[in-house]
Amino acid sequence: MKQSWLILGASSAMARAFGRAVAEQGADVFLAGRDAGDLQRGAADCVLRGAGKAEYVPFDARKPAGFAAICERLALQDGMLNVAVFVGSMPEQSAVDADPALLDPTVQDCFTGPTRFLHEFAPLMEARGGGTVVGVGSVAGDRGRYSNYVYGSAKAGFATYLSGLRNRLTRSGGHVVTVKPGFVDTAMTWGLPGLFLVASPDDVARDILKAVAKRKNTIYTPFFWRWIMLIIRHVPEAIFKKMSF
Amino acid sequence: MRWKTDEYSGWGRVLRATGERARPEKTNALKAILREGGLPAIGNLRSYGDAALNSGGRAVDMTRLDRLLAFDPETGILEAEAGVTIGEILRLFLPKGWIPAVMPGTGFATLGGCIGHDVHGKNHHVAGSFGQHVTRIDLLGTNGRVRRITPEGNPDLFRATIGGMGQTGIILSAAIRMIPATSPLMDLRESRIDTLAEFIAMLDASTATYCVGWIDATAKGATLGRGILEEAEIGSHGQMPKAPRHKSVPFNAPGFLLSSPVVRAFNHLYFRRVPVGGRRLDRAMADFFFPLDKVHDWNRLYGKSGFHQFQCVLPEAPAREALAKMLEQIARSRLASPLAVLKKLGPGRGGMMSFPMEGFTLAVDFPNRPASAGLIRELGDIAADAGGRIYLAKDALASAATIAGMYDEREAFAAAANAVDPAHALETDLTRRLKLRDAT
Repeated sequence: MKQSWLILGASSAMARAFGRAVAEQGADVFLAGRDAGDLQRGAADCVLRGAGKAEYVPFDARKPAGFAAICERLALQDGMLNVAVFVGSMPEQSAVDADPALLDPTVQDCFTGPTRFLHEFAPLMEARGGGTVVGVGSVAGDRGRYSNYVYGSAKAGFATYLSGLRNRLTRSGGHVVTVKPGFVDTAMTWGLPGLFLVASPDDVARDILKAVAKRKNTIYTPFFWRWIMLIIRHVPEAIFKKMSF
Repeated sequence: MRWKTDEYSGWGRVLRATGERARPEKTNALKAILREGGLPAIGNLRSYGDAALNSGGRAVDMTRLDRLLAFDPETGILEAEAGVTIGEILRLFLPKGWIPAVMPGTGFATLGGCIGHDVHGKNHHVAGSFGQHVTRIDLLGTNGRVRRITPEGNPDLFRATIGGMGQTGIILSAAIRMIPATSPLMDLRESRIDTLAEFIAMLDASTATYCVGWIDATAKGATLGRGILEEAEIGSHGQMPKAPRHKSVPFNAPGFLLSSPVVRAFNHLYFRRVPVGGRRLDRAMADFFFPLDKVHDWNRLYGKSGFHQFQCVLPEAPAREALAKMLEQIARSRLASPLAVLKKLGPGRGGMMSFPMEGFTLAVDFPNRPASAGLIRELGDIAADAGGRIYLAKDALASAATIAGMYDEREAFAAAANAVDPAHALETDLTRRLKLRDAT
């Protein structure tokens, strides 16, 4: 059956790698984001890599008024509809501390924007009786940390929504994969000090595709982050609250 | 844009630079960087010396601007962003029956890097250099404006850009000519060669489209110049082989690995791998063109002090004598590694600073030991005396005076680059070391 993948936040390195991977499988690809010029180039790239077709669709997580048009466009597609959400923004915690107004756009980009979209899109998937949602969260969402808890809490909210959406879509044959990447070598992490075991965007894309094929519920990528986060989640709060990392 | 400040090096790891690098993932981000000032672009750091280094300054890493933009199956012309690698182009287009007309010895080289060094391949004697198959370049000037240049419309700037080491602007994207490939396999013939005279005669007589020789740089006396000649054509049958699993070298190897007795023993066995009467075999295209790419980070085999590659080209007439002299000196030095290549080049070159000239090219790797620099300078002198040329993509040791005598269009190149980059913002450690942009 024909597969269509809508990729939200398609300019990011991880999204680009994922878009290329599904293009090589022959899917139709819809690249959603704000930078039209960049995404049109991305669409040409996907076609040359094997996509049935590739189109740019305008998407801004902070402007839900535009969501309906995307849903209408995708409704014209035959076959299965799939969505991968790579949207998000990560301001420095110190910047948010200095200007609490930065909290709102962060939550919009990481949580309320994409979930509002998925809520509009879910009925389309239910009507087709299948399809997969890939939601990219973060290990930062597993526990609020001193150095990154605004971003972390927005990603935690997103993960909780995905868990509920999984519960809902399962009833109609659909599926939701929650992806929690550790450190990935992207523009977001370029030049940051103190990173270790950094994965490439292509590695992450490969892990996500595997998880989609196997209908995994939640994956950590690279896999060992599951064990790292298991430990971090189990540090007693009495100790954790004194830690700063 | 966030900048990463650290030490980086070319493939040989002898020359190093500390400086700030940005790695934009979108064209707009690259243009924003340029608003902070001009800077040289770098690719996958596969040149050996300092061509991609800018000590104390800034550089922009182009590897994330790597999209394919258009392909016309009527003309075989592919347009892509500069950061895409040749190996990726081969991987994606071979199943469709197309390959780049010229491919360098590593698939990790970027499109921008291949243009900037006007690289050559195993088919140089028939196909010419990489730059001769470039039909168009989108060049981002230090002023932030994009200029589309072609060989017909901008002959001087185009010829200064091909092989121009990034000195005329940042190569944003380019269109290259691809050639049809009827099979994913190469039809390869390997022959043992016993002497240098035989090697030169065989290279001269070969009618193969792809032709390259491995030479045992440790052999001396009666066996001086022995090796294996590889002649190949694109096959006419065969299925896409499965993508191989890559191995990588996880750490710096200890020095004895490339000590003289080990290399001699290795070369002895490598030579005898091919039966006396030669042999024919099918080889996957990527393995034929990029034989070392299967082992990621193989430069670590040379340990943390790194290595040099000496590569020169010699005009045909004096080549025989000069090659014999070089090989004798190399064998005597006991410094050679197993990696040594002898190949015939044709006259094809795309730019003012292009390396190729009609004749023979010799490339030999040497671990970075105290005596290596002296040996490489002596080899450079032999090349200079013979009217030859040293390859700037490989060099880490030559002097400005030596190079000036080898590249007769250097002044025209400097004038063209200085006209579009009067502030010298695109200079690298290489161009400063060899004074490539000095107006004289």
